[in-house]
Amino acid sequence: MTETITTDVVIVGAGPVGLFTVFELGLLDVRVHMIDILGKPGGQCSELYPEKPIYDIPGFPMVTGQGLVDNLMEQCRPFSPTFHYGEMVESVEALGDAISPRFLVRTDAGQVFDTKSIIIAAGGGSFQPKKPPIVGIEQYEGKSVFYAVRKMDAFMGKKVLIVGGGDSALDWVLNLHSLAERVTLLHRRDAFRAAPHSVNAMRDLVASGSMDLLLGQITSLKGAEGQLSGAVVKHDDGTSTEVDCNVMLPFFGLTMKLGPIADWGLNLHENLVPVDTEKFETNVPGIFAIGDINTYPGKLKLILSGFHEGALAAQKVTRYVYPEKRVTFQYTTSSTSLQRKLGVA
Amino acid sequence: MPKITFIDSAGTARDVEAEQGSTVMESAVRNGIPEIEAECGGACACATCHVYVEPDWLEATGKAEPMEEDMLDFAFEVKPNSRLSCQIKVRPNLDGLTVRTPSRQG
Ligand SMILES: Cc1cc2nc3c(=O)[nH]c(=O)nc-3n(C[C@H](O)[C@H](O)[C@H](O)COP(=O)(O)OP(=O)(O)OC[C@H]3O[C@@H](n4cnc5c(N)ncnc54)[C@H](O)[C@@H]3O)c2cc1C
Ligand code: FES
Repeated sequence: MTETITTDVVIVGAGPVGLFTVFELGLLDVRVHMIDILGKPGGQCSELYPEKPIYDIPGFPMVTGQGLVDNLMEQCRPFSPTFHYGEMVESVEALGDAISPRFLVRTDAGQVFDTKSIIIAAGGGSFQPKKPPIVGIEQYEGKSVFYAVRKMDAFMGKKVLIVGGGDSALDWVLNLHSLAERVTLLHRRDAFRAAPHSVNAMRDLVASGSMDLLLGQITSLKGAEGQLSGAVVKHDDGTSTEVDCNVMLPFFGLTMKLGPIADWGLNLHENLVPVDTEKFETNVPGIFAIGDINTYPGKLKLILSGFHEGALAAQKVTRYVYPEKRVTFQYTTSSTSLQRKLGVA
Repeated sequence: MPKITFIDSAGTARDVEAEQGSTVMESAVRNGIPEIEAECGGACACATCHVYVEPDWLEATGKAEPMEEDMLDFAFEVKPNSRLSCQIKVRPNLDGLTVRTPSRQG
């Protein structure tokens, strides 16, 4: 069991809105821990459209998704927030009251945070693997169909079917082919999105007979009681073959699911969290929601709106963290105290 | 304005008037066509605007660009006539275009 981390605020989601809020909180001396299920910061911007241009960030006629995230990381660096990547926030337990809120936040990795407030910046929800629409696949999930690899040893001596054409699929082909009894890679076409050196390594293994490459799409699965025994694959020419396998790893990219947020005692409206427009606080005092995840009259799902929401939520968070302190309004341009925090004065 | 017909997975056909220069996806969304989700709003980043182009129209709609082919890897039940409708621009030669929508997007 890891030790409980005590902090001022936990931000759920390291998308652009969460990242800018770290900066706003930093100016107000609030300590932040950030948690995201992804392995990197940036949310939708870095996961869905890193190379696409954004044209409506104030002051940036054009910036790419990844470019914006890199800048936001640079901007919040002076406050050295702690990032916890690859962890999903699962549960929230309220301990305090409306005047001095306190919460225990738990992640799926077993980490516990004791915090005075929570800012939910969870966007469209946590990124989770897309599940292929194969009838009856649920009965195999977690037993012989896996969307992520936790322990490689589990595949020792198994006949593994890996489905997909991106880096995840190819990486696992290369990692598992020597451990597994046999690895088969299935993809819908003979072109791969993965890094060229992985694709070349995979082709070498196929040429030397160390693994199989199959082109087509799965139409059904065979097996019993959660144990897979084969997959029926349809090819472009209309013919079908059955692949002998006892484990399947499908990699069809990620989709956003609201996930555990639904169970935290918050009001929900069509999978969004209603907030006020003064502090962007939810129905639970001390829990805020900003960015794509929230809703209020006139809400626009724009990064720009999320930045504003984060700045106002930060003000109220500061009142919970420092109930005695008077928060004075200051400009970063002229305030030496703010500039000292930023390390420029 | 060019007319586009969407046939859903149950076989129901719906006609819409499509604005030139817009995309087939946008025409669907503007007219509330079911079975087109278009989560990413047309950025070729979600594969939830997947359609099957009727064989007669394959030549007029042309081929998917490599970026679109990459994104089609994330769609399900992809066929040789699969396209992402946000990547098909409405032009006069597409008047009468007919596409089918799959029963599930993403
Ligand atoms: C293709 C595309 C183009 C776009 N173009 C623009 C544009 O031009 N201009 C514009 O303003 N907006 C644009 N948007 C929208 C913009 O990306 C979003 O408004 C923005 O990303 C929202 O930021 P966010 O921080 O609220 O959430 P997200 O970016 O969605 O990040 C939320 C993060 O929270 C994490 N998370 C959620 N739940 C949990 C949990 N329980 N535990 C751990 N982590 C969790 C998720 O994994 C995710 O990383 C575009 C979106 C797309 C898809
Ligand atoms: S709308 Fe997202 S790929 Fe077409």
